[in-house]
Amino acid sequence: MPSVAPVRVLLFARYAELVGRDTLELPGESLPTVRAVIARLRELPGASAIPEVPLVAVNLRQAGLDSPVAPGDEVAILPPLAGG
Amino acid sequence: MSHLSLRPLDLTALVETVTAPDRGGVVTFVGTVRDHHHGRQVTSLSYSAYEPMAESVCGTIRAEAERRWPVRVAVVHRLGDLEIGDAAVAIAVASAHRDEAFAACRYVIEEIKRRVPIWKRERFTDGTEEWVDPRREPGSHVVTVNQS
Repeated sequence: MPSVAPVRVLLFARYAELVGRDTLELPGESLPTVRAVIARLRELPGASAIPEVPLVAVNLRQAGLDSPVAPGDEVAILPPLAGG
Repeated sequence: MSHLSLRPLDLTALVETVTAPDRGGVVTFVGTVRDHHHGRQVTSLSYSAYEPMAESVCGTIRAEAERRWPVRVAVVHRLGDLEIGDAAVAIAVASAHRDEAFAACRYVIEEIKRRVPIWKRERFTDGTEEWVDPRREPGSHVVTVNQS
């Protein structure tokens, strides 16, 4: 069976602290949308405090819950922005 | 051009990147680190970013402003550890006339606050630290979290 590239999930700031890490890889074959990635992520210890509808970027572009995710994509979960 | 800097911001150098003989108006904005937040004394803070996206979004905002007004825009945001009074963000906008420069500068700072993935962790005099959540600010347009 050919191996499928994982989905790379990036966590920042408070969300990284909640989960205790800033990068994780989830199996790429069963996560077709941002919604599925977040649901899987929120099952991890500490991650249930991440909102069900956080700000998300897929491959550096802002995305919605229904945005598609493909194996090898980078999905960034963004806490409320506080620059400037 | 990089829009993020780990070193102190140099406003003079930033202005020099946008000035030209035909641009008679230069507007700058500098956001600095405040010593208080919600009545608590802040001692220092640190900024972190999703750097590749922050670079990209800053470039997009700059391009939007330069498309909408006849201006040249430069913007840089500081990352890492900052002290009270340090410049956190600096913007320079040059145009033939001042109206466009003021309008574009205002646009750029508001869009940066709204769209660039940067986070701020404040340290207080009592030794505690906290990630800043602008949604909880007084006057925020977003529904505030019920903390009771």
